[in-house]
Amino acid sequence: MNGKGKVEVTDICKTYRKDDMNVTSLSHVYLSVEEGRFVSIIGPSGCGKSTLFNIMAGLLLPTSGEVTADGKSIIGRAGYVGYMLQKDMLLPWRTIEDNIILGLEIRGVPKKEALARALPMMEKYGLKGFEKHHPEELSGGMRQRAALLRTLLYDRDIILLDEPFGALDAQTRLSMQNWLLEIWQDFGKTVLFVTHDIDEAIYLSDDIYVFSARPGSVRARITVPIPRPRTTEDMTSPKFMELKHELIGLLYDKNSGVQQSSREERRMRA
Amino acid sequence: MTNAGEKLCPAPDTVISKGEVRKKPETGKAVSIPARRILYDEETEKKVRRRHIRAGRLIVGAVLFGGWELLVRAGLLDSYYWSCPSAILKTTWQQLTTGTLWGDILYTSGATILGFLTGTFFGALLGLSFWWSKSYAGISEPYLIILNALPKLALGPVLVILFGIGFPSKVILAFLMTVITTALYAYSGVKSVDPAMETLMYSLGAKRRQVFAKVVVPWSLPWIISSLRVNIALALAGAIVGEFIASEHGVGRMVIYAGTILDINLVWVGVFVLSILSMVMYGGVVLLEKFLSKHLSNIHS
Ligand SMILES: Nc1ncnc2c1ncn2[C@@H]1O[C@H](COP(=O)(O)OP(=O)(O)OP(=O)(O)O)[C@@H](O)[C@H]1O
Ligand SMILES: [Mg+2]
Repeated sequence: MNGKGKVEVTDICKTYRKDDMNVTSLSHVYLSVEEGRFVSIIGPSGCGKSTLFNIMAGLLLPTSGEVTADGKSIIGRAGYVGYMLQKDMLLPWRTIEDNIILGLEIRGVPKKEALARALPMMEKYGLKGFEKHHPEELSGGMRQRAALLRTLLYDRDIILLDEPFGALDAQTRLSMQNWLLEIWQDFGKTVLFVTHDIDEAIYLSDDIYVFSARPGSVRARITVPIPRPRTTEDMTSPKFMELKHELIGLLYDKNSGVQQSSREERRMRA
Repeated sequence: MTNAGEKLCPAPDTVISKGEVRKKPETGKAVSIPARRILYDEETEKKVRRRHIRAGRLIVGAVLFGGWELLVRAGLLDSYYWSCPSAILKTTWQQLTTGTLWGDILYTSGATILGFLTGTFFGALLGLSFWWSKSYAGISEPYLIILNALPKLALGPVLVILFGIGFPSKVILAFLMTVITTALYAYSGVKSVDPAMETLMYSLGAKRRQVFAKVVVPWSLPWIISSLRVNIALALAGAIVGEFIASEHGVGRMVIYAGTILDINLVWVGVFVLSILSMVMYGGVVLLEKFLSKHLSNIHS
């Protein structure tokens, strides 16, 4: 660990304005992530998880609030964190290897050097033989792996992953999860991870943030008490089940979230 | 007003880079691959069809030209106005061996190609430049559309007065014929760039000029390439009209000259030569397209 990668999100609010309609997507969000931790965010669809990531990645300005990394503000500073977007965007006219080294290329790393770094990783993580192929020739899972490799190869202390395994089948998903844990342990990066899969969140994370429905805010922060290294057996342990039960309760307990959101919206429109 | 350019320039049908499925901007539907028939051996079927097509084309050509020749010989068509294929071929041969036809062909194709290349290049630059500023694009768009609708050939006499009766005025007319169309094509490409791709680039810390070079240009290239076929015909029309107005050389001048001395046979020779010329240049553009499409995936930075 290099002692870098601490992230603080302080009192972030985001209201989208469109044709005189206000949509509040985040309301007073606080996160505090120590360096090197693996943190998951779960919450109902539309609660602003991608919005929060876009703000943290410097692609979107918040209405109010602050995001700092290692004490410095990173609002509006694109490229400071590694970010895998929810949509696995590979440039269709580039081969897989050229897609994977895109981030390095943008940073000005010579192509030869970038490829020398990328090829061993492609080999290790199941993209061997597809270096010269174009994205449309790959399966969905392979495309996501390529997008994830591109994010990792971009080599930042903080990595945001927005549902990276959303389109994968259960089996591939499990191997990708183990792979991600391996990488995380090897590189000691701070990872923020959005998922809809509660099992996945528990299995991977140190901490889990549960968001309320729109406008999103942190409803609970839960530390996973299962020691590492974790195995698939842990997924059926009583501790795991207990935690899952608690998280389901938090997620599907509709009382405050929904009402609050509609009230808020009425107020914003007025 | 904003999508008028798009209407003028439909999305290209040419699909660039191996098997890439690109969404058409208007429909938003992916290009679908037709279902295969497995009953037949596809290779042989294709070969047989290709042979049929080639034979069919030859037959149609033979019937057209043979019919023309026969009708003239039988006296059903007036040979003074209609000439006939054999006479046209003979005069063409004479003009090539003893006349100035070779020089004229070089002159016309030179003006066409120069106008085509410069027009396409600067048009593409102009269209791509609209990516940099929405207000600049917004201000320019109506003027671009007006310029596109303007019959530029009508400007011919002015151009000849401005630039003289020599080679430059022909090149400029060919240039004017192509530059605005290409700009509109390139601009529709620019407008259709997937915003998610731009977001991706920015998330990787890209500067605007990097987004331009690595996303906007390669994305718009198929649009620009699809303007090539239209452009070559437009450029040729520009060069010929330039020669019609005033010129000392060129196939267009030869046709006008032949008309004034009522040498109808020579007019037909001009038409014949110009059709060959336009077919050859069209073939060249198709090859250029193939070349560009093939090397598109190798474009970096
Ligand atoms: N550009 C935008 N303009 C207006 N509203 C937007 C925009 N982007 C997102 N929103 C709204 O903000 C809310 C949060 O969107 P966001 O994409 O962040 O949700 P999410 O939690 O990532 O959902 P999912 O789990 O489905 O990916 C949604 O209600 C959405 O309609
Ligand atoms: Mg999302």
